[in-house]
Amino acid sequence: MFTLGPAEWQAIEVTFRLCLYTTIILLVLAMPLAWWLAKGRSYARVVVQAVVALPLVLPPTVLGFYLLMALGPRGVVGKTLEDLGFHHLAFSFEGILIASVIYSMPFAVQPLTEAFSNLGRRPVEVASSLGAGALDRFRTVILPLTRGGFVVAATLTFAHTLGEFGVILMLGGSIPGETKVLSVLIYDHAEGMNYAAAHSLSLMLLIFAFITLFVVYSITRRFRVASV
Amino acid sequence: MSLLARSGQRIALLMLVLFTTHLHASGPLRIAAASDLRYALDDIVDLYRTANPDAAIEVIYGSSGKMTTQIINGAPYDLFFSADISFPERLKAEGLTSSEPAVYALGRIVIWSNTVNAVGLTLEDLASDAVTRIAIAQPAHAPYGLRAKEAMQSAGVWQAVQRKLVFGENIAHTAQMVESGAAQVGIIALSLARFPELAKHGHHLIDNALHNPLTQGYVVTKRGGNKAEAMAFAGFMATGQAHNIMTRYGFIMPE
Repeated sequence: MFTLGPAEWQAIEVTFRLCLYTTIILLVLAMPLAWWLAKGRSYARVVVQAVVALPLVLPPTVLGFYLLMALGPRGVVGKTLEDLGFHHLAFSFEGILIASVIYSMPFAVQPLTEAFSNLGRRPVEVASSLGAGALDRFRTVILPLTRGGFVVAATLTFAHTLGEFGVILMLGGSIPGETKVLSVLIYDHAEGMNYAAAHSLSLMLLIFAFITLFVVYSITRRFRVASV
Repeated sequence: MSLLARSGQRIALLMLVLFTTHLHASGPLRIAAASDLRYALDDIVDLYRTANPDAAIEVIYGSSGKMTTQIINGAPYDLFFSADISFPERLKAEGLTSSEPAVYALGRIVIWSNTVNAVGLTLEDLASDAVTRIAIAQPAHAPYGLRAKEAMQSAGVWQAVQRKLVFGENIAHTAQMVESGAAQVGIIALSLARFPELAKHGHHLIDNALHNPLTQGYVVTKRGGNKAEAMAFAGFMATGQAHNIMTRYGFIMPE
C-alpha cells in the first residue's frame, strides 16, 4: 500500500521541516501577541484580532499573490534583499516558511488568547507580589496553567501547515527538496496520472489529520480550553 | 538559562543556518518543462542518468505561461523547455536568458477520449449534442490550449462548443481530466496520447493546417548560464538517442 520512493521521502522531509519551523516560530510570536490580546477589549485589539484572523477567510491565492509580489526579485522585500546581497525569497523554502507563519497565525493566536483569558491576571499578580520575576512568573505560573492552550495551538498550527496548498503552489512553485510539500506532490502525482502514489500519500495524510484532530479534541476536553 | 531565552537562541541559530545554507546552495540542475513533455522528457532524463549517474536533475512540469511567469518572478530554473518558442523569447526580451531561444521539436494536437472511441471523431463532431464535455488547456497560458482553440475556430465550431468547454491548468491536467472520465473528450498533446497508459485508447490527429504551429523552443536561463550541466543537457536533447524518444512520443524533430 505505502510504497514511498525518494521523491515521497523528500517531500515528507520538506513538509515536516516546514511544519516544525512554522510551529516553533509561531508559538514564539503568538505568545506575547495573545497575552496582549487577552488583556482587554480596546479597538486596537479588535483591529489586530481581525488582521490575525484574515487567513481564515481569505482565499489562499490572495495571500500567495501578494507574497509573490512582495518577496520576488521585483517586490519590495525581495528587491531590498537582493540589493543587500542576499537572495530574494520567492520559490524558496524561506519564502514558504514566511507564508506558513502568516497563513497559520490564527491557529496559534486564538487558542493561546483563549487560554490566557481564562487564566485571568490574578495568578500572575499574586506571583508578582510574592517577588517572582517575569521569566519566573512565565515558567512557574503561566505555562503550567495554560499548557493545554499551548498544546492545542502547537498541534493545530502543525496540522494546518500540513494542509497548506494554494499559497505554497503560488509562492513556492513545485521545487523538489525546497518547496515541494506533500500536498503539492499529491497534486503533481494526480496530474501525471500516477494514481497509486497519489493514493498512498493521500491516505497517509488522511490518517495523520484524523489522529491530530483526535488528540486536539481530547486535550480540549481534558483542559477545558477552547480551540478554533 | 530560562526556557524562553534558550528557545530564542535556538531559533536565532536555526534562522542563521536556514539563510546561510540558501546562500551557498548551487544545487541540482533544475529544468522547467511544458507539461506536454511530461513522459517524453522523463524517459530522456532517465537515459541521461544512466550515462551520467552522478547528474542531479530535477524536472518541474507546468504550463509554459506559468513557468515563464515563475521565472520572471525569480524561480530557480536553469533550463526551460517551452511548448511554444514565444515564451523563451519573452524571457530573452526581459534579459533573463543566457542562450538564444532554439527550436527543439514540433508538437501536434489530437482529439482523445477514455470513454468513447475518438479515432473517428472530427472537430465538427465536437459540436454535436452527443458530446457533452470537452477539455482543453487554458488558452491564456498553455500553448496546447491556444492551438486547440485556433483549430476549433478554423473548423467553425468554437461558438458551438463554448458551453461544453472545461479548462485544464496545463495540458497534462487536461489529459487527466479526460482520463478520469470527468470530461468526455479532450484536445490534448499527441505526446501525451502516446503515453502507454493513454495509448490504450485511440486518438484523432488534428490537421495542423488548422492552427499555428506548436514550435517548441528551449532556452538556458540567466541562472543556468553558470552551470555546465545546463549546456550538457541541452546538448543531449539534440542527440539521436533523445530524438528517438521524442519521435516515439510523436514529436517532429526540427531540420
